[in-house]
Amino acid sequence: MTRISVTVDGVKYSDDVEPRTLLVHYLRENLGKVGTVIGCDTSNCGACTVHLDGRSVKACNVLAVQADGHEVTTIEGLAEGGQLHPMQQAFHEHHALQCGYCTPGMIMQAIDILKDNASPSEEQIRAGLEGNLCRCTGYHNIVKAVSAAAEAGAGSKAGE
Amino acid sequence: MSVSPDALVEIAEEVQDQQPEDSGSGREIGNRRLRKEDQRLITGRTKWTDNIVLPGMVHLAMVRSPFAHARITGIDTSAAAEAPNVIGVYTAADFPEGLGVCANAWPITPDQVTPDHLPMVGERVACAGEIVAVVAARSAAEARDAAELVDVDYDELPAVLDGMEALKDEVLAHPDKGTNKSAFWKLDSAEAGTGGNVDEAVAAAREDGIVIEREYRQQRLVPAFMEPRSTVVDPTGEQVTMWTSTQVPHILRFLIAATTGMPESKVRVIAPDVGGGFGGKLQTTPEEFITLAVARRLGKPAKYTETRSESLLSAHHGRDQYQKLTLSATKDGTVTGLKVDLVANLGAYVAIVGGGVPVLGAWMFNAIYKFPAYQFNCQTVLTNTTWVDAYRGAGRPEATYAIERIMDELAAEVGVDPLEIRERNWIKHEEFPFTSVAGMVYDSGNYEAATARAKELFGYDELRAEQKARRESGDPVQLGIGVSTFTEMCGLAPSRVLGQLSYGAGGWESASIRMLPTGKVEVITGTSPHGQGHETAWSQIVADRLGVPFEDVEVLHGDTQVAYKGLDTYGSRSLVVGGEAVVRAADKVIEKAKAFAAHLLEANADDLEFSGGRYAVKGTDKGIGITEVALATFASHNYPEDLEPGIDADATYDPVNFSFPHGTHLCAMEVDTETGASRMRRYVCVDDIGHIINPLIVEGQIHGGLVQGIAQALWEEAVFDDNGTLVTGSFVDYTLPTAADTISFVTENTTSPSTTNTLGTKGVGEAGTIASTPAVVNAIVDALRDRGINDIQMPCTPHRVWSAIQGAGGAMATPAEGQPHFHEDAPTNADPGTTGEGSAQ
Repeated sequence: MTRISVTVDGVKYSDDVEPRTLLVHYLRENLGKVGTVIGCDTSNCGACTVHLDGRSVKACNVLAVQADGHEVTTIEGLAEGGQLHPMQQAFHEHHALQCGYCTPGMIMQAIDILKDNASPSEEQIRAGLEGNLCRCTGYHNIVKAVSAAAEAGAGSKAGE
Repeated sequence: MSVSPDALVEIAEEVQDQQPEDSGSGREIGNRRLRKEDQRLITGRTKWTDNIVLPGMVHLAMVRSPFAHARITGIDTSAAAEAPNVIGVYTAADFPEGLGVCANAWPITPDQVTPDHLPMVGERVACAGEIVAVVAARSAAEARDAAELVDVDYDELPAVLDGMEALKDEVLAHPDKGTNKSAFWKLDSAEAGTGGNVDEAVAAAREDGIVIEREYRQQRLVPAFMEPRSTVVDPTGEQVTMWTSTQVPHILRFLIAATTGMPESKVRVIAPDVGGGFGGKLQTTPEEFITLAVARRLGKPAKYTETRSESLLSAHHGRDQYQKLTLSATKDGTVTGLKVDLVANLGAYVAIVGGGVPVLGAWMFNAIYKFPAYQFNCQTVLTNTTWVDAYRGAGRPEATYAIERIMDELAAEVGVDPLEIRERNWIKHEEFPFTSVAGMVYDSGNYEAATARAKELFGYDELRAEQKARRESGDPVQLGIGVSTFTEMCGLAPSRVLGQLSYGAGGWESASIRMLPTGKVEVITGTSPHGQGHETAWSQIVADRLGVPFEDVEVLHGDTQVAYKGLDTYGSRSLVVGGEAVVRAADKVIEKAKAFAAHLLEANADDLEFSGGRYAVKGTDKGIGITEVALATFASHNYPEDLEPGIDADATYDPVNFSFPHGTHLCAMEVDTETGASRMRRYVCVDDIGHIINPLIVEGQIHGGLVQGIAQALWEEAVFDDNGTLVTGSFVDYTLPTAADTISFVTENTTSPSTTNTLGTKGVGEAGTIASTPAVVNAIVDALRDRGINDIQMPCTPHRVWSAIQGAGGAMATPAEGQPHFHEDAPTNADPGTTGEGSAQ
């Protein structure tokens, strides 16, 4: 077991974890952060995407011990003071989710896209979402939502 | 708790304040309401089954066969049992009483060969991934570690994997059955009295007309819902509770009772948040039965969550058919007959509706056309592969693909535009209701309107002009235009029809509406959504019907203790059947409340009119709101002696007919003739799904359906190697499309309402998937047709397209690569020519 200290959604946690524990398992099983989900075992689907020190990572691709001393934001930590993050709001308004399973990862990745490029083209949005799979929406409305969020200035919020 | 009369008055005032100001009917249906269910899902406040943690819960890991066909000669569980924190290791031998049966609910013939499908096997595995042991441990990781230590000895047996190979009966998937042939099912229009004799039609066309014969391959697909399947069983209550990622909680509960001997009343099944299904979660699975058995054995809650690799191998697959079509026509392209031969690979077992899925094609190959003669022959076969069952569209995409492909071939043969050949043969809008050659009564439709609108949105003539220009200039990137004018049968299904087809259940749906004293409304539906947005759409229906605010309606579902009666969600049935049940429950509520309203208003019930949530005495300004009536009946201080307090109502609706959505889909593909790579340029679809409750949800259903259908055309295929190992066993190899692979679509609707339900709806869940596959392949073939290419086997990968281009010598001679034929001496897919003799090389 290894001792780690991680700040998740603004709260500092200290835990003993097996060195092999993936960040996504730590979040779900140790912290009950079940908003972040697991969709595959090969790092293809992106459902578990979170932010590590403000940049998107697939939480199945990071060991919990690698997060030691770092800051993690999950889908559960996005809304502030009861206010949805503009990207969450955009997903709602543009019907960018159906079953909702890929949604946490999609939203976290979409925010990351805008950090690099506050006003991406459709092609750039699509390229930026390539590592996140959705089976329900055909991506049409997800792309629309990200585009709308960018137009509404979510990129500046994303940079915070 | 007691409520004082004063408190009731307060509530009453509040209820009155809540009366909507503008509550005219029709204000919700048709609105682009944002979904109620989103708030939880976008903030991570979700209830996926895998989120559930219960005191003392054990975690399960399955030990699965790596072999497609093998005899089990020994299982040593001792090392696993000794591993840290392992609570138990079980094999089939530990459950002499059995664990239940993964039942086949639709034997398509009385003599169907149906091997017993047990959740865990002890003697022989019939496909890779079958479960031979289960480990229970304190954590999922420890269970998986220990599962690695279970030592199973196998004697490998010869395996049969391919449907055509299975037909030969040389290697048997189940040697004890003596054959791989499961069932043969036939529909002949001459015998059924619904049309002429197809053999005569073909013979006549060979004399003086056109006969086109084609063989198509429906590759095997995986539904690949995003949420891996998960099951939690809590055996500690009076009822054993199972949470499971399923589309069919009610059917599952019934089949648990029917096959384990547990009293149905002792089983509660809950489908909490379910992350997609597409048919892939309508099975009663080995994993559910095993989790139930281990939990009951240990008297502790148990959880099993599959890995993606397990899911791709062990959740049922879809499609996998060989199709042969023989189409006869006059020289001007008027079809005179269609004969269909299918070989459908069911996999190792006949899954819950696995045998019936290809049979659904019987009513769909004739599609939107007036074919005078028709014959459908379907042979189902067993192989040593993952079992095959419904995947979005279930039988209809397969049929639609083949007929829409061959209609293009007919157009090419006659030398007219593919849309023109369709129009020559389709049912005209004034001819509805129309009894098809397969015996279905199409109640409504307007193919002309949908096609005209699609052409306009697509810029059909402009793109045809561009195609011509590219051809003439010898552009290495050629443009192809693909057409798909489809129909489907939705709203499964009239129970009497299902009875005639030996289906094991009915097709009705149930709904209850509870008027709560505070003016809120609970709607309980027997449908079980997993992304479709029933909470939102059903709220819109009820808000309109009862004249209450959309926000005041709560839709409950997916828990057999709450929604005690239902037949769940599949086959685009939820709105058409379940929505109609909601309408009927609402109408009963209105009728029930009317008697109370009359009493409270001291009026005659016949003098009351209900509109906008209010009963008004005709010709006066006297009236009372339905929510006020609800409160009054809660208090029941004053009610007529012949009535019972409360104005709740249940309704069960059994449809009288299927519904028949249709649409015209147009696709433009750019094909790089030097590399074989193809790129979608434009996709337009105009779907007629009758009246629309929520356009936003409809668009989402279409988009998602389109991409699944496009994925079959271009990317996806479940591939087994010669040993029966699934090569496409992870998302690295089973290539779901990404955002970068796809484009934005143009979707629109025309409306010819269904005449068989009050709402005039037809269903939309599967339309996109059914229509898009042939549109894409038709476009690719269209781009290359002048090179003598008339087919490319799906998925149309760059390699396959490139190979077809390389192999095309200019003659019409491109057999689908690697495709076995129905008969060994059958001609290739060469065009048989107008004589039907063909020019096969």
